[in-house]
Amino acid sequence: MFGASSLELLSFEPPNGRGLSLLHGLANSVGIAFGSFGVGLLIGVGGAYGKLYGGPVVRDLLEVYTTVVRAVPELVLILLLYFAGTDLINQLLTALGYAAIDINGVVAGIGVLGVVQGAYSTEVLRGAIRAVPQGQIEAARAYGMPPGLLLRRITLPAMLPFAIPGLANLWLIATKDTALLAIVGVNELTQTTRTAAGATKAYFTFFMAAGALYLVLTLVSNVVIGRVERWARRGMPSIAGSH
Amino acid sequence: MATETPVIDAAARASLWMQPHRIALILIALVVVLASIFLMRWDWLPTYLPLALQGIWRTIWLLVVTSALGIALAIPLGLAQVIGPPILSVPAKVFCTIVRGTPLLLQLWLLYYGLGSLFPQFPWIRESFLWPILRQAWPYAVLSLTISYAGYEGEVMRGAFAGVPHGQLEAARAFGMSRWKIFGRIWLPQAISRALPTLAGETVLQLKATPLVATITMVDIYAVASRVRQDLFVTYEPLLLLALVYMSITGILVFGFRRLEARIPSKLG
Repeated sequence: MFGASSLELLSFEPPNGRGLSLLHGLANSVGIAFGSFGVGLLIGVGGAYGKLYGGPVVRDLLEVYTTVVRAVPELVLILLLYFAGTDLINQLLTALGYAAIDINGVVAGIGVLGVVQGAYSTEVLRGAIRAVPQGQIEAARAYGMPPGLLLRRITLPAMLPFAIPGLANLWLIATKDTALLAIVGVNELTQTTRTAAGATKAYFTFFMAAGALYLVLTLVSNVVIGRVERWARRGMPSIAGSH
Repeated sequence: MATETPVIDAAARASLWMQPHRIALILIALVVVLASIFLMRWDWLPTYLPLALQGIWRTIWLLVVTSALGIALAIPLGLAQVIGPPILSVPAKVFCTIVRGTPLLLQLWLLYYGLGSLFPQFPWIRESFLWPILRQAWPYAVLSLTISYAGYEGEVMRGAFAGVPHGQLEAARAFGMSRWKIFGRIWLPQAISRALPTLAGETVLQLKATPLVATITMVDIYAVASRVRQDLFVTYEPLLLLALVYMSITGILVFGFRRLEARIPSKLG
């Protein structure tokens, strides 16, 4: 089963080895995860601000957004947003007189997963901003800081230690949610694995190899997250029970 | 809390919730819903309704069975990590790490395509009485969803078991309770009640993971929606209805767990 022949399939030599296409898939997956996490963070900062300081209508709309996204399976959202998004863009393009385009799967994936991530990071960041001692923000306002500077200098750095555990979780979810894009045919790791496995019938070999790649990604992420957390908590007393 | 929360009766709370902008938003939402009812294509609904109901039933069945089996596995997994000797705790830790570190879709495909392509190679499996079952998709769906739930919940239960104060267990021991009695009467109930809010969230996540089984040919509600899409080329209607179905099930789950939490005394040491 795991003989030389099936390990040969994972080598990087093009005729038989499909290792390179797996690594290409991994690179796409990491890229999508990065992109969607970033888009999610941007939406999250905006959403958290809207939920905390926005008017009643903004707050209610954001509540609907986070509730719906968190209650509907990612798979359904991906299909809905993927079809609706590409449809909308193409309709817009044809209405403006341009030719319809084929939207790059990676870009579409980033957009779709970004909207999903945004709902979760809105909640994480809202909680983190609320955990910042209110006096710090009030003091900054009393100094006459404009809102942008206040966000950059006070709110974001002060809330970071509270947000990092939640954001770390979100990053890990983002890396694994990229696998769902295989359903809509985006060329990420799971999809390339399925293609390779289907072509060679070596299902175990390829799925195990892809699983190992995902696991390495998670473990490396955990190490990096630990570092980032220590950096973000610098100068703060350590929490009892944490290491 | 130092200040006493003011008692607000139901009517006052309702009027507090029903602010003018909310009424406007609800009206807009109503218009959108009505527009989608009358402007979109729903003529397929009666034909596919029996199949859809069956799909919903399968989704719920899958959720209940895999959550129950998963939690049954998660309790020993959590316990092994807290008090187990290294020979038990290390494998439990590795299991949880692997399950949580790889996508469920990949695990599902590994089991279905991998095991599915492995089994027919052994004649004794093909001749056994289990073969008619192993040829179907649902055993692999149940297995991988159960493993996934157990992996995540094993981690939750580890934290919950470790979080029960030592004094409680020492008191139980001082009463002369046997180890099993301590576990059954003191440790497990307190751990579960600690883990319940997390379990509620994880169960919603499990519900959201169930549509993945459609990729291995199991016909749950998601697969029914996909079939409508492929048969009739209507894209949005089945997906929107699907989102509504999942939101309703999520709502019921959240409500049920909240009732369950309310029944458990919250004063924990």
